[in-house]
Amino acid sequence: MLAACDVERLEDFFDLIPEQHRFPALDLPEPLSELEVLRELQELAESNAEASHHPCFLGAGAYHHYVPALVNHMLLRGEFMTAYTPYQPEVSQGTLQTMFEYQSMICALTGMEVANASHYDGATSTAEAVIMALNQFRGRRAKIILSATLHPQYRQVVRTYTQGMGLTIVGDDDSAADLDDIIAQLDDQTALLILQYPNFLGELEDMRGLQNAVHDVGALLCVVANPIALGMLKPPGEYGADIVVGEGQPLGIPMSYGGPYLGFFATREKYVRKLAGRLVGETVDANGKRGYVLTLTPREQHIRRDKATSNICTNQGLMATAAAIYLSVLGKQGLRKVAELCYHKAHYAADCIDVLPGFSVRRERAFFHEFALRCPGPVAEINTALFDDYGLIGGYDLGQDYAHLENHMLLAVTEMATREDIDCLVEALGEIT
Amino acid sequence: MSALGSRLEPLVYDLSRPGRSGAPLPEPDVPHAELPSDLLREELGLPEITQLDAVRHFQRLSQLNHSIDTGFYPLGSCTMKYNPRINEDAARLPGFLHAHPLQEANTVQGSLALMYELQEWLKEIGGFAGVSLQPAAGAHGELTGILMMRAYHLARGDMARHKILIPDSAHGTNPASTTMSGLEVIELPSDGRGNVDVKALRAECGEDVVGLMITNPNTLGLFEEHIEEVVQLTRDCGGLIYGDGANMNALTGVIRPGDFGFDVMHYNLHKTFSTPHGGGGPGSGPVGVSERMADYLPSPIVAIIEEGDEKEPPLYGFAAPPKTIGRMKAFNGQFGVLVRAYAYIRIHGAAGLRANAEHAVLNANYLLSKVRAEYHLPFERACLHEFVVEGRWRGAPDVHALDVSKRLMDFGFHPPTNYFPLIVHEALMIEPTETESRETLDAFADALLQIAATARDNPEELRGAPHTTPVARMDEVRAARQLVLCCRPKFLSEPAQAPYT
Repeated sequence: MLAACDVERLEDFFDLIPEQHRFPALDLPEPLSELEVLRELQELAESNAEASHHPCFLGAGAYHHYVPALVNHMLLRGEFMTAYTPYQPEVSQGTLQTMFEYQSMICALTGMEVANASHYDGATSTAEAVIMALNQFRGRRAKIILSATLHPQYRQVVRTYTQGMGLTIVGDDDSAADLDDIIAQLDDQTALLILQYPNFLGELEDMRGLQNAVHDVGALLCVVANPIALGMLKPPGEYGADIVVGEGQPLGIPMSYGGPYLGFFATREKYVRKLAGRLVGETVDANGKRGYVLTLTPREQHIRRDKATSNICTNQGLMATAAAIYLSVLGKQGLRKVAELCYHKAHYAADCIDVLPGFSVRRERAFFHEFALRCPGPVAEINTALFDDYGLIGGYDLGQDYAHLENHMLLAVTEMATREDIDCLVEALGEIT
Repeated sequence: MSALGSRLEPLVYDLSRPGRSGAPLPEPDVPHAELPSDLLREELGLPEITQLDAVRHFQRLSQLNHSIDTGFYPLGSCTMKYNPRINEDAARLPGFLHAHPLQEANTVQGSLALMYELQEWLKEIGGFAGVSLQPAAGAHGELTGILMMRAYHLARGDMARHKILIPDSAHGTNPASTTMSGLEVIELPSDGRGNVDVKALRAECGEDVVGLMITNPNTLGLFEEHIEEVVQLTRDCGGLIYGDGANMNALTGVIRPGDFGFDVMHYNLHKTFSTPHGGGGPGSGPVGVSERMADYLPSPIVAIIEEGDEKEPPLYGFAAPPKTIGRMKAFNGQFGVLVRAYAYIRIHGAAGLRANAEHAVLNANYLLSKVRAEYHLPFERACLHEFVVEGRWRGAPDVHALDVSKRLMDFGFHPPTNYFPLIVHEALMIEPTETESRETLDAFADALLQIAATARDNPEELRGAPHTTPVARMDEVRAARQLVLCCRPKFLSEPAQAPYT
């Protein structure tokens, strides 16, 4: 092979490279066999405490749910796993049809008209919603209102993404601001208002009057939704949302210490040309046979370059595939069941803990599967005791983001928690104080 | 002949029958709470199928795909190398799979140690002073890097810089990332040998330049012959150097971009370090940075919080760089992808990584040597890991690169990247990777040569291709004009029943 290339040694291919920089000695550990590497990784993995051995009441944007076994088996199909973006539709109908079905199910779940083929996660979907709204107003409006009960990390990501765009971002300056406070900030400069549903505290805000308030000033409404909650709750589409985004991890994707996850993004058909990311459409082939292709590609970076709606290229295709399989196999009844199991278990936990001395559940609004709990002392100390003495992974410390919620813990209860797990948590909290 | 079948699979909604479900769930073991009746939805338009229906449906769909596992996939600039299965097992170890991203650091030392080691290795491989694992993909790494470069100048009170210089051979993500950062794109032409035109670069260098974004080897698969001069010119005007690491598979263990003065570079773990592409993703795009940029990295990065000693390992945790641009993504990067890349680097070691790059370059040059007599090479140079030829012939005016690509499917191959880079007419961008055998390369070369002959003798056969795939050429114009982006099944309006009330 070398002779065919007119070179004597492999090194000769790199003659062009300045010699002093060629072939550096890399200080990396000596290579190991597969067997040894797996052993090393097993040791690392086993040094983690995790939700299959420790009942987990931590949520705050990532949730421990049951993933039907076939989801993983299907993802391991090499034809899904080792293909790439379906640029060539004739040999990619598997990925394309799966994405079309994913888009369809996300539309059904959110009550929207179009959905794209994924973003990196819920936070980056939210940031892309901001950019889409700005593009819709072509720079004439530059004010974004973020609810203070939007996930703190999502608010950070929106600010990081848009730091070069000259925006005014308001709404969360006061971490105790409620829905009326942010509605009061709407004006004719506002491009987008973003609200989370259920909100970061697990609560179901009253969405009924919101669309009129937002649309009266000509702004757009974006709802960041939990997809499992939408198994039982009215979809944001029914409340007049223009954009619905969120974290798709609960739909069949393991927590995996934070990724890879799935950002879903759905909107109204009238905004489709402003949408970021891949979009699969139905069409026919030269013989009239039904099939699928990537469509409206002139929105995208590989065609439009600096005028593209976003820079996204590689997305979360396999995670969207997981969600499509999950939603198919659970289906209409199954997703509703998961949602209600979460709801009943979370309410059982809240009712039991509420009567413990020193604890009280924040009940200003209805909640879904997560609730804020006022504790008699610092959350970090309670979590340490829960883990060390009872083997439980406790809740999220709300005081780190919300000054008025010092000593408040955010607890999530999913279908994975048995009554025994919940009773253990209640007993532990009762004993700790 | 393409190995894919020709039978179409119905949509999952067409398989749906009322009352079916594929995942039996337990009855609640707690008392029923009262549901918030005014907040409940009336319908839920999801399919109703059994588990067997789902397995067959998705298995059959998968069989309509070409993939690395089923055949050669020389998609230029995408590095479609074999994805070792050990990496899948590693990422699915329960200790990694079920750890919550917000757990206390002392309960997830295994995950944090892995991330810390990977940061260190990527620093070493790229010659950088700092690494963030947060970016989720290459383009996300670009946005991270450009935002850091912008922040660097602003922090020094240098407010006038607003231009990013980008060669015309660059990936489309480069200009798109620049626009998202609120900066202006200045396109640099290429010279007659496929390099950045140094004269044009010199003319653009000035006190308004934030920096240069450069892919090396570039998208023609060519090493920048004037890389040192290009870096020096940019630095002389106060600009920073961004390296697009999309093509690092050519140079891992061969050079360290940091040694050339690069300030930021993203790695594509899904390319260079073999993590699967998943039909579009997930990827992972960590950024490496020079000393002067390290304080601007996205927050948080993994750090040693307490040094270890002979008895105790160090305690790992998260730390915020002092002038961080902020958070680019929720939680901790694409952790599962990081595990796979860790396993890959650990198995190959320094010598293995270099050998991979060398063999990737050998395979590309060997393939080029077999086809160059019939395919015009616009820049007469030895290539690195990929090469770009023209899919057009004087004697066949009606045949285009697209026809070559479509006909390759009938031979069982995935086509190369088409019509990119934009500076080559009828571009076919071919990247074989190091994991392919000589026999595969020979078979692919034979197919290309046969197609070149057909282009002259029987162009109609190419224009009608592919002939053996599940669908023929698709009507993409119709897809864009008559938008059908989701299916609207009839039963959408049927109310869902509350199962537990």
